[in-house]
Amino acid sequence: MKELICITCPMGCHLSIDTDASGEMKVTGNRCVRGEQYAREEVLNPKRVVTFTCAALLPDGRAPGVTSNLPRRVPVRTRAGFPKERIPELLDALRGISVRLPTERGAMVLPKALGTDIDVVVARSIALE
Amino acid sequence: MKQLNYDAVVIGGGAAGMAAAIELDARGHSVLILEREDTLGGILMQCIHNGFGLIEFNEELTGPEFAQRFEAQAREKNIETSLNTTVLELREENGFKAVYCVSPAEGMMRIEARAVVLAMGCRERNRGNIRIPGTRPAGVYTAGLAQRLVNIEGYIPGKDVVIIGSGDIGLIMARRMTWSGCKVHAVIEILPYPSGLTRNIVQCLNDFNIPLYLSHLVTDIYGKDRVEGIEVTPIESGALMREKAFKIPCDTVLLSVGLVPENELSRNAGIEIQPTTNGPWVDSALMTTMPGVFACGNVLHVHDLVDYVVEEARRAGANAAAWLSGYRPAREIRLKTGANIRYVMPMRLNPERENRVYMRSLVVKNDARLEVRLDGAVVKSRKLAHVQPSEMLSLTIGPTDVAAAGRDSVIEIALV
Repeated sequence: MKELICITCPMGCHLSIDTDASGEMKVTGNRCVRGEQYAREEVLNPKRVVTFTCAALLPDGRAPGVTSNLPRRVPVRTRAGFPKERIPELLDALRGISVRLPTERGAMVLPKALGTDIDVVVARSIALE
Repeated sequence: MKQLNYDAVVIGGGAAGMAAAIELDARGHSVLILEREDTLGGILMQCIHNGFGLIEFNEELTGPEFAQRFEAQAREKNIETSLNTTVLELREENGFKAVYCVSPAEGMMRIEARAVVLAMGCRERNRGNIRIPGTRPAGVYTAGLAQRLVNIEGYIPGKDVVIIGSGDIGLIMARRMTWSGCKVHAVIEILPYPSGLTRNIVQCLNDFNIPLYLSHLVTDIYGKDRVEGIEVTPIESGALMREKAFKIPCDTVLLSVGLVPENELSRNAGIEIQPTTNGPWVDSALMTTMPGVFACGNVLHVHDLVDYVVEEARRAGANAAAWLSGYRPAREIRLKTGANIRYVMPMRLNPERENRVYMRSLVVKNDARLEVRLDGAVVKSRKLAHVQPSEMLSLTIGPTDVAAAGRDSVIEIALV
């Protein structure tokens, strides 16, 4: 049996999921149908939107200096929920990537990350001034 | 000294300031946003996690994405902005509001306006505010400062982390530090329930098996030059259980122990501050005790969602515009807190209009009922499946609800 807290709404129902020998799932503790959907997805294929930062680089390839007004990190995000168990692998890939300034919101950082159909994109436009 | 004139000045260029300025501009008033940082967006720029904008845009955005949507709107309307500008003083002079501020580009400036919108946001409570005993080594940060260091400046403040307080910023930082390669050993909360949103407990702590100690107090910080560990003492029935105290070794302590509206400027201007919210007292138009000065967002009261901030800020902007055009409410009804309500916002209602009211519960409760009572008689009630202090509540009170109100009527909001 697996215990979960539903995060679909603020009520936070405590869900119990029983899986019988045939693989049939039974969800209890939910106060609405969304709880059951959440439990199924969370047990079978948990996903999370991943937000992270990549190093910022000036056009000449150097990092912005400490006296610069420019941020030294560029926020990035997955466009959709990413398989939870592969997040550490994704973070390792993103650690090796730098983003050249200027950049635009939505600019591609890692297309179809790790062979999934989920892109990682820039989450903040940064101009050079 | 440079002198400028506007119909309205907005102090602070975060979500609240931008939303208020856009409303003032849309109603034909000249408006200037003063912002201390070198970009608009305020605290959203360092909140790189998602979860913003579900109400406002019907999608889950990150902080910078949310902020830049508003910035784009402001830019499209050519709303004037003065960045790197710190406001030093706000005062009444010859019937106008005079805003004294300073920036590297312009030096001292005096800006004269007929209306001002306060949108300065809030500050984090720090170690001094909650009086944690112990030595004073390096490695103790507020969670928001650590967030800025990691997400914008590109520094990791430490490797072995303990977080004090279960506020949302602390929970978000637990995940952020873990994803940055640090080990988060524990989150310590003095109250018997978490002060952050449930979804953050699940996604930021449970996902990484980070223990949450409820009803526990940090009673010591060790270390000479750098933090070496903390002492944690359980609380049972309100008493510290000294004999059950234990140590957690760590090199970094992050504090997520609440936010305080940043009202030094308002206080110095003589604006009355409410002890329950640490924000200005405001009437039905979100106007402070200084006529023509309005307040919105986290400087007024600490919100849990930016979507609520922009809703409130739009109202403040629209009300400031109406005030500039000469509108004054014919009369107002006093609004007060009843059972289990910590505060209501605002403190007056306009009986001729729909009034959006925000409030916070004092208790954690399932199947609760929110009651609006006019001179003791229930005129409106709403069933709530679940309430807790960390989730703000809201409702609308309109002319039909208060039709029976007399001159000295009082409206009370209670949770039963």
